[in-house]
Amino acid sequence: MFNLEVSDPAKLLFSKDDSLRILEQLITIRKFEEKSIELYKSGLMGGSLHGYIGQEAVAVGVCSQLNKDDYLTVTYRSRGQAIAKGASIEKLFAEMMGKVDGYCKGKGGPMHITDLEIGFLGANGIVGAGIPIATGAAFSAKKKGTSQVSVTFFGDGATNQGVFHEALNLASIWKLPVVFVCENNLYSEMSPIADMVPNEHLAERALAYHIPAVIVDGNDVEAVCKVAQEAIERARNNGGPTFIEAKTYRQQGHMFGDAETYRTKEEVNEWKKKDPIQLFTNKQIELGYITDELVEQLSHEIELKVEKAYQFALNSEQPNYDEIFTDVF
Amino acid sequence: MTRQITYAEAINEALDEILRDDESVFLLGEDIGHYGGVFKVTKGLYDKFGGDRVIDTPISESGFIGLGIGAAMTGLKPVIEIMWIDFTLVAIDQILNQAAKFSYMSGGQSKVPLVIRTQGGGGRGNGAQHSQSLEGLFAQFPGVKVVCPSTPYDVKGLLKSSVAENCPVIFIEHKMLYNTKGEVPEEDYSIPLGKADIKRKGSDVTIVSLSRMVQFSLNAAKELEKEGIDAEIIDLRSLAPLDIETVIESVKRTNRIVVVHEAHTTFGWGAEIVSRVQQDAFDYLDGPIIRVGAEDVPIPYNLELEKEVLPQVKDIVKAVKEALYIEVK
Repeated sequence: MFNLEVSDPAKLLFSKDDSLRILEQLITIRKFEEKSIELYKSGLMGGSLHGYIGQEAVAVGVCSQLNKDDYLTVTYRSRGQAIAKGASIEKLFAEMMGKVDGYCKGKGGPMHITDLEIGFLGANGIVGAGIPIATGAAFSAKKKGTSQVSVTFFGDGATNQGVFHEALNLASIWKLPVVFVCENNLYSEMSPIADMVPNEHLAERALAYHIPAVIVDGNDVEAVCKVAQEAIERARNNGGPTFIEAKTYRQQGHMFGDAETYRTKEEVNEWKKKDPIQLFTNKQIELGYITDELVEQLSHEIELKVEKAYQFALNSEQPNYDEIFTDVF
Repeated sequence: MTRQITYAEAINEALDEILRDDESVFLLGEDIGHYGGVFKVTKGLYDKFGGDRVIDTPISESGFIGLGIGAAMTGLKPVIEIMWIDFTLVAIDQILNQAAKFSYMSGGQSKVPLVIRTQGGGGRGNGAQHSQSLEGLFAQFPGVKVVCPSTPYDVKGLLKSSVAENCPVIFIEHKMLYNTKGEVPEEDYSIPLGKADIKRKGSDVTIVSLSRMVQFSLNAAKELEKEGIDAEIIDLRSLAPLDIETVIESVKRTNRIVVVHEAHTTFGWGAEIVSRVQQDAFDYLDGPIIRVGAEDVPIPYNLELEKEVLPQVKDIVKAVKEALYIEVK
């Protein structure tokens, strides 16, 4: 029923400039996530840390096709999408540390990052809950006649939530400019999604609502870019919603400290061989677009940038107690 | 004399004016368009404003409330009808985890100017899943306002203010009030949220209530008058914001208080009023504070049993006598 969309290994979809920009974003997310683990271990943040390492190509591929004023709702595993949509890593770290310079003045935390300036309508702590909300933003865009598109990211597990089905149906009957991006990382929190859904491909679920659906290798950033571009174009041209299932893998646990008893080290290692950043970098080197030295230099520059952002957050003030009572309504 | 219209007509008129005056407002709900709503509250609005402004939805309360939230966050003003308040429980995540918290979680960036109109209460044999009084449940969540109008005049004025709010408002109508008539001026007016209304001045006892129980309390006051007891009737009109000052000021004059609600007695909002009064007017009290509420059972279908379970005028009269030590329990 579906073909797995992959990129052509013999050629690069992007210009040299574009591909460098993509690489820069991929590495920025990776370095940010690595630093986040350090942050979590240091005890400077509360709650749980839900890492994105291994899935970066999905966020970068989709967001690279969006305009600044396009809308996005995401899950608690979402600093990657925020960075790809143009969020400030300073403000992200500051929010994770609960500081006053954070996106939500320290009152939201990593699960509730919001940046309206870039259409980032909010991360969400409830699985699936952002899906109808993004659909509502698409409704606004259509009603106001802007050409904005709304995208919602969610995991495989969210396709078992009622609101997922309700939102897909609404988007379909009203032909809304929304793109549903399902990041199928094989695990619904700590349980294999294969045990929780009879369908091999979650994209099948969209067909039940007459929504065009596509499956893409979520570790292949070029392929993700391509399917995202088509979906977004369809939405912008009044063609209604699209469902993208990106097959990917989170290389770490559901959250930091997850014992990962539900999968083997061998499986994880197999997927690490398909690391999205490594795949993209290798291909570019093979095609002669970049060199190892350039990648190393870029990585180093990004590491410095991330470190600087981290220091900014560390030095940011704690919110004033008065903040407890503001913004309730 | 000012014209008399029904409670349902007053809501219809408010919606008509709101749709006329504000392009960003649209109505969303089950059977509200062609059909005009099961209680005919939106009658004629579809013909007048069209299917783009008065929109019929699938039976997907979570989905279309979520959609409304997304629309509200991006510049529109949805007024959503939930056919029966009991169905809000289907969508409680979207209302209380999402709409109620976005402003706070985003550090004040996201605003959700969303009105959820619904109707509650018993009295017509609708059984346990169509007769509940859930206002206290919503009032326990910071981030939403909860309005419960008792008269045609109030329902119109309060609805206009609710739509002007920049936050979610749960607007709870009462099914048994839709056909009640009252004076409503032709000219434009609104009633600010959070201002209780003294529906009857009195000196011997304060009776606090809202929605349908206001009329029951007024009827009780008439009976009590025959026995020389002069009751003051306070209609709270909204639980959030709560105008406790008007209650306290009244108790300081009457020294006795009875709280009446159709919600279940145990953990009902009456307990909140009791607590606040004993704390702020302890020295003014000359007797115990009595609560009148529904029995702690699901609402039975049989009309006679239902009547027995819900507060009646005689129960209020009896409670007042207990508060005045005329009758001892």
